Amino acid sequence: MNIPFYLIAALTVLGGSAAVLLKNTVHCALALTIAFAGLAVLFLQLDAQFAGFAQILVYIGAVAILVVFAILLTRGSETPKDGVFSHTWLAGLAVAAAVFSVLGWAVLQSVPGLPYTPAAAPIVTVNDIGKALMGRYVLPLEIVAVLLTAALIGAVIVAMHEKEGTK
Amino acid sequence: MFATLDQIFVLFKQWLVGLLPAGLQPVAGVLLCVVVIIGLFPGLFALTVLLERKGLARIQNRIGPNRAGPFGLLQPIADAIKSLTKEDIVPLSADGTVHFLAPLVLVVAVFMGFAVLPMGRNMVLVDMDASLLFFFAVGASTELSVFMAGWSSRNKYSLLGAMRAVAQMISYEVPLLMSSVAVVMMTGSLSLVKIVEAQNHYTWGLPHWYIFTPWGFAGFVMFAIAATAETNRSPFDLPEGESELVAGYFTEYSGFKFALFFLGEYLGMFSISGLGTTLFLGGWSAPFAFLGWVPSWIWFFGKLMLSICVFIWVRGTLPRLRQDQLMNFAWKFVLPMTLLNLFVAGLWRFLGDGWQRWVVCSAILVLAYVIVGRVEMRRQHVGPRSYRYAE
Amino acid sequence: MLGEGILKGLAETAKNFAGSFVSAERLTTVEYPEQRIAPIEATRVFPFLVYDGPEWEAGLRCVACQICEKECPPKCIYIEKSKDKKPDAVGKQQFYPAKFDIDVSVCMSCQICVEVCPFEAIKMDTEFELSTDDRFGGLLHDRKQLAKSNEYYHHIHPTEAAEVDARLAEEKAKAEAKAKAAAAAPKPAVPAAKPAAKPVEGEA
Repeated sequence: MNIPFYLIAALTVLGGSAAVLLKNTVHCALALTIAFAGLAVLFLQLDAQFAGFAQILVYIGAVAILVVFAILLTRGSETPKDGVFSHTWLAGLAVAAAVFSVLGWAVLQSVPGLPYTPAAAPIVTVNDIGKALMGRYVLPLEIVAVLLTAALIGAVIVAMHEKEGTK
Repeated sequence: MFATLDQIFVLFKQWLVGLLPAGLQPVAGVLLCVVVIIGLFPGLFALTVLLERKGLARIQNRIGPNRAGPFGLLQPIADAIKSLTKEDIVPLSADGTVHFLAPLVLVVAVFMGFAVLPMGRNMVLVDMDASLLFFFAVGASTELSVFMAGWSSRNKYSLLGAMRAVAQMISYEVPLLMSSVAVVMMTGSLSLVKIVEAQNHYTWGLPHWYIFTPWGFAGFVMFAIAATAETNRSPFDLPEGESELVAGYFTEYSGFKFALFFLGEYLGMFSISGLGTTLFLGGWSAPFAFLGWVPSWIWFFGKLMLSICVFIWVRGTLPRLRQDQLMNFAWKFVLPMTLLNLFVAGLWRFLGDGWQRWVVCSAILVLAYVIVGRVEMRRQHVGPRSYRYAE
Repeated sequence: MLGEGILKGLAETAKNFAGSFVSAERLTTVEYPEQRIAPIEATRVFPFLVYDGPEWEAGLRCVACQICEKECPPKCIYIEKSKDKKPDAVGKQQFYPAKFDIDVSVCMSCQICVEVCPFEAIKMDTEFELSTDDRFGGLLHDRKQLAKSNEYYHHIHPTEAAEVDARLAEEKAKAEAKAKAAAAAPKPAVPAAKPAAKPVEGEA
């Protein structure tokens, strides 16, 4: 590939590893944001404007803020004295390795299946994405919408329960 | 002649870039535009600060700054020198790196929004397919810088201000997006250039701006409310409520970093005003067909400054909301109205040309406004505040 | 109707905005260094020490009792009592302040020193242009700077100063009467003078 790709990839990896290795939880969250931003730029480099901007909007604008809020509201910003590593780090490592191997396997398997045509990268406009979402992929979209609605209602019920208890 | 005047900046840029060797031309062209944007909007910021101080003073029956230069015109320069020469104090317990980065992230993110605003005919830095999405994406990343500033200062006022700011920005970003989606539905494009072009038509000499349709007017009102909240302007200036939080998330910033926050806030106001102008007020198109000869950039900046004046006027009029009022207003009034507005916009599209759609759409919106307004007013109980835990 | 109040408010501020250009009487402020508001009698800014007669040092009413120093909430008064004594306004031998400093930057204009002073020696000034370019020495006013004549006091607070003068004159008259009574009845004065002195103390 080219130099910008390697620079951005290095930044993303650095951000990701900093998110795991830093001691202060808020610093971890901010480092995670760098990784998100790097991913967004990688999408943009692949001419996937919609995916790139949606990545920034959703991940930096909402998910990172949500993470940070969760940390602050649960007093997680105070670094524990006995180290940040959990006692069950071995099990965590095993789970992470398993997930990574599954994902890696899936990616490696799927590469030969794609037709390798580097010259004719199709220009995908937002219009096309919208049509695809509303046409071919309307069922997955609706299922995701139902799932999110269920999550939202669940959150409201969780929040309401406490109020009834105090009354 | 008028066409040349209209395109004078574009022609000037082409001439200037043409002097360079061919290999450098694309880079130089972009750099030139970036430099102009970075120079122009802080200049406008200086002007606006003076305008705001003068305007607020007149609203309060005062005279306003009139010492530095004739009519106080040099006041912004005096302010700039003051903030540049002030000592930069970083609290001892502050998180140095994050404290330093926060104002930079804010200003950079805010500046990026200007890249996609069409400031005149053919005057846009990047004309991309998803420019509206780009605008909202970079706008969303300012929230993070606000949080960084508040958290890294290690000050309760800063942190409270940052939490308020982030909660407010997230709440009002939803109606902001939703009210713009109606415009996107009508235009069928996320490109701001195309949105302006779709409004640049005239019937009987009157423009086809989206604000002159029922759904467009409702959308514009909702957009204006959400934009005011998004830029932390009064009456939604809780994150920096001076009477409660010193200065909110930038309490611990002094000197030039404080100036950067101030700049970021006003630049955010400019960019959101520019977006509102582009989406609902026809961008750079003239208000009447016979005024089409006036250069397009004059219209854009005229409309921009007009909306800034409205911002100042509103600031001089309304008192600050309370936090629960703010959240109730966002989720129980603005958001339902924008969702309804989306529906109305769809109806407008499928009812076809004719007077019926005007009647139907206006009736739905007015009815909903009256009903929601009645419900909101009825639940309003004025009296001593009740507390949940303190009693 | 929702939003009605906002429109009314906007109309009101617009009226103010336009009106401030048209009618000058709307403008509530003055351009300070050139124009000044007429002095208001009840203004209080910073304390000063009152002296009687032409000589400030001899006429200071302060007897260095240090009550104000102890009462001052922000502790901005610094007093040093003199070693010797000198006659005060009523002719009694009293201590006087060898040093009397008040820090402008600390004083909060609460007037408590004035209220606690039993000798009407400290009063509030209306002078407000106290800024200086010397951050340390310049803001600490010594007794020479603080001393101002009774005429000046009459000038800035005429009503209050008249009351104070009347009170002082009454006290002086009583003290003189007491001295005269003591001089007139020299020998059996010891049991008789005591009940006579009591009401004077009670009134003071």
